[in-house]
Amino acid sequence: MREQFDAIVVGAGAAGNAAAYTLAKAGLKVLQLERGESPGSKNVQGAILYSDALERMIPDFRDDAPLERHLIEQRMWVLDDASFVGTHYRSDDFNKPPYNRYTIIRAQFDKWFSQKVQEAGALLICETTVSELLMDGERVIGVRTDREGGEIYADIVILADGVNSLLATKAGFHDEIAPKNVALAVKEIHFMPQETIESRFNVSGEAGVVIEMAGKITKGMMGTGFLYTNRESLTIGVGCMLSDFKKQKITPYQLLEQMKQHPSIKPLIEGGEMKEYTAHLIPEGGYKAVPKIYGDGWMIVGDSGMFLNAVHREGSNLAMTTGRTAAETVIDLKNDGKPLDAKHLAVYRSKLEDCFVLKDLKKYKNLHQVFHANPYFFNTYPELINQAMHELIKVDGIDKKTKEKNIRSNFTRRRSVFGLVGDAYKLWRAFE
Amino acid sequence: MSNVKVEEKLFQNRYRVDVGRPHVKIKDADICSNACAQQQCTVCCPAGCYTVEGNGRVVLISDGCMECGTCRIICDEHRNLEWQYPRGGYGILFKFG
Repeated sequence: MREQFDAIVVGAGAAGNAAAYTLAKAGLKVLQLERGESPGSKNVQGAILYSDALERMIPDFRDDAPLERHLIEQRMWVLDDASFVGTHYRSDDFNKPPYNRYTIIRAQFDKWFSQKVQEAGALLICETTVSELLMDGERVIGVRTDREGGEIYADIVILADGVNSLLATKAGFHDEIAPKNVALAVKEIHFMPQETIESRFNVSGEAGVVIEMAGKITKGMMGTGFLYTNRESLTIGVGCMLSDFKKQKITPYQLLEQMKQHPSIKPLIEGGEMKEYTAHLIPEGGYKAVPKIYGDGWMIVGDSGMFLNAVHREGSNLAMTTGRTAAETVIDLKNDGKPLDAKHLAVYRSKLEDCFVLKDLKKYKNLHQVFHANPYFFNTYPELINQAMHELIKVDGIDKKTKEKNIRSNFTRRRSVFGLVGDAYKLWRAFE
Repeated sequence: MSNVKVEEKLFQNRYRVDVGRPHVKIKDADICSNACAQQQCTVCCPAGCYTVEGNGRVVLISDGCMECGTCRIICDEHRNLEWQYPRGGYGILFKFG
């Protein structure tokens, strides 16, 4: 007998779970396929959970979700080899429930989310890799899995298969991903006593801190580093565009190792016990790199659709929101008795254009090219800014006016007046 | 800088290796040896799965693979990899992720 579902969701990450949860809640017959031994076992994230996107589906998630620390302080550092210039934003308002952001550990969080999906009525099958989409002409009618007799059919297939987006590539829905549109991030998790973390980061209870970093740690490559506090562990990582990684000779793990040796970072992670090393691609291509995200009988959600805001380090919320929005589109069409074809699914794209997902990506649509074309932003400027601070702060008998002149000439020597003005204009255009 | 060995990092990870069924394969070894000047997979793979031998031959051992996709995407001039996810349940199994 041919097994037919209302919907098949490929993948049990943030996007897939959001889609499957929403569909199942509405009473649809949902099959979710996950290639890992359990949900989360193939997934990697920093990881920060933004409450808003989850709250819209599961308002009381805080009751039992495995959350690490709620974030009360955001640090942004621009690093030179032995120094950093930074801003810290810390607010007691972020220390009052309901909390806005949390650090999470994905393997634990995804299991919890998946439990909710299954309670909502979706059927989850793990340890099953989808090898290709089943087509009837232009229309997707199901999936083929690596299990025996593993052909399964559905009215709609939602692809939440992650950044590599192999299934849509194989089906010819989009081209292979370009190196300039993804970053490779490597990270480690270091365990240490809760008290050590709290004293090092000046927090107590379940409050936490994130540090986002840019500058010399990426050796001129377009990229950033991060350090997040979990309850009893820290995650530290660095990511750079693959197109930049491709042009140089430092391995990703050497880059991470050098970052860990930075005199401002080393004391924060000292004594920790490293328990896992992970690597993952991050879809950072932005608005212009978003592929076709729907067609006859199929939709793309989450990383697979390039839904990530690299500037604000947001991903899981875009994943959940696209997953939920795709599901809601399907539910509405089903209720109206309309076919799930490209013409009717187009409303999914317009819903995303009307909400923060594509509005935010659109806002920064030029940023990508600006940074790609200007490595100064990741090398020269961090150095210049740090040197300027050093000159200003160091007391050595030189008068302040001369110091200012030295700083100015240092900038113009390295980038020229036209270069500086041009860079300022480009930055403004990028963030406008 | 400490000369870090990626093997020491990977040692912390959990894998279920699908013995005899690697999920990534080099299509034509001669292309790597003769046509590819950079052999950038030997630099960029975060698990160090690719090594280059004295004779210029690139050797792939995918046991430590974290399934990120880097090698496939950077091989954009030659498209010389056959890259699939492992069979269900096999490969990297992240403890924390």
